[in-house]
Amino acid sequence: MSASYSDDADPSLLANSRPGDNSEPLSVSDLSRSLKRVVEDRFGFVRIRGELSGVKRAASGHLYCSLKDDKSVIDGVMWKSAAPRLAFRPEDGVEVIASGKVTTYAGRSKYQIVIERMELAGEGALLALLEKTKARLEAEGLFADARKKPLPFLPRTIGVVTSPTGAVIRDILHRLSDRFPSHVIVWPVVVQGETAKGQVSAAVRGFNALERGGAIARPDLLIVARGGGSIEDLWAFNEEEVVRAIAESEIPVISAVGHETDTTLADFAADHRAPTPTAAAERAVPVRAELAAGIADLGARQMRCATRPVALGRERLEACSQRLPRPDALLQAAAQALDDATERHRRALVDRVAIGRATLGEAAARLSPATLNWRLGQARERLEHVRLMPATLTTRHARATERLAANVAMLRSLDPDAPLGRGYAMVFDGQGALVRSAGDARAAGTLSLKFADGRVAASTGDAPPPPATPAPAPKPRRKSPPPPSGQGDLF
Amino acid sequence: MAEDPQNISDMSFEEALRALQQVVRQLEDGEVPLDQSIALYERGEKLRAACQARLDAAQARIEAIVLDAKGQPSGTKPFDGSE
Repeated sequence: MSASYSDDADPSLLANSRPGDNSEPLSVSDLSRSLKRVVEDRFGFVRIRGELSGVKRAASGHLYCSLKDDKSVIDGVMWKSAAPRLAFRPEDGVEVIASGKVTTYAGRSKYQIVIERMELAGEGALLALLEKTKARLEAEGLFADARKKPLPFLPRTIGVVTSPTGAVIRDILHRLSDRFPSHVIVWPVVVQGETAKGQVSAAVRGFNALERGGAIARPDLLIVARGGGSIEDLWAFNEEEVVRAIAESEIPVISAVGHETDTTLADFAADHRAPTPTAAAERAVPVRAELAAGIADLGARQMRCATRPVALGRERLEACSQRLPRPDALLQAAAQALDDATERHRRALVDRVAIGRATLGEAAARLSPATLNWRLGQARERLEHVRLMPATLTTRHARATERLAANVAMLRSLDPDAPLGRGYAMVFDGQGALVRSAGDARAAGTLSLKFADGRVAASTGDAPPPPATPAPAPKPRRKSPPPPSGQGDLF
Repeated sequence: MAEDPQNISDMSFEEALRALQQVVRQLEDGEVPLDQSIALYERGEKLRAACQARLDAAQARIEAIVLDAKGQPSGTKPFDGSE
């Protein structure tokens, strides 16, 4: 390209060929083709270091991205055929070393690197990628405490996902048998390299897929373990595939990856992180001897509890029964009282009989014929003193007869009707009253005259005489004059 | 009582152990009447025997998964660590 344009200062309107210049102008495609050839020849294999940006995985499976440093940027593409060989998941901001060839894309006047391989640019980049993945999964909640499942106190079957060879499985089995001989099912996997993540995640999912009560016992605890190594050695346990398998495991998982200082994302996802495989075994099972001792202790304690109230009750019963008075002592007083009463009862009868007898004796003593005789004598004596003589009565009788005769004579002489025989009459007025004077007779007007043999009606001269009334039958001498007053004084 | 005594065989070791601890605590508290404490003790003894049986039955059995051609577990074989 030594052609000089300096002598041709003024650009003309038309392009014209100069004499001696027999080169025709290139077409765009010609130039593009030529550029492509030059670039691909010159940059057929390059390794470039840069930070990924604009990472995009197309539906076609091709991966598009840019690589940049502080000043420049170059587009990159990783065809579908190469992408599966990636050992990591490309993320923006991760520094990588990409290997491939530079090609041009004539249609857009662009060049780009077709990446055959892409690796992280050193451990720093690896850690940076790890942090990014961790942040992403954490944001998704995969590591949340709420997801952590409690480990069984005493697992019936323990599933171990690890390499079947090497110290790790030996340590685990050894510590398990020391503490509590258990049923262990090992799912052998490779724990390093390309296939590790697939095998480990398949093992975790495979244990979960076992049916309860199936031919293969389904573990109720998983241990995912790997010995120590470099961050690259442990990388499978940072793989999203493994992390998700552990996080999604229904069976509780203990992780034990690497040494105590190594922490992988699998550890964050596990329900319990053990620093070493041995520690995982310790966490998995309790010490059988301690449990046996604990159970024996509980047995002894409950035995004590069950027997203590009985012993206590027996003691109290004994104490009480000692305080109880002896039965014979209890009866003594009553027996004595009974004896006493019996004695008194017996004696009382005897006494009563004696008293009765004494009283009888006394009475009998007083009851003698002499007493009666004495009283009889006395009565007779008193009788003798009574003078009941006939003369007493006869004398009084004679005297009374005498007095009676005198009184009878007296009575006869005093009979008012007696003079009637001798010619006298008695005058009565109309009312039957005795008329004692002539005045009375004149006043009465009508009179009745009583004679010894009957009555006659009469009237005074002043009035016609009333018709004669039949004389009443002469009254018996019942209307005797009152006895002489001296009659009561008979004695 | 919270659990039916018949369920002891269905209990996990931990459940049985916890139940046993509770029985002992109840007995030790001395709140349970004597008659009832005898029943409680009997239950505790059953729980203790169940726990003990579980411990006595414990023996190491180590197996390894055998995968078939499709990578599915087809069975187990004794594991001796010498693969």
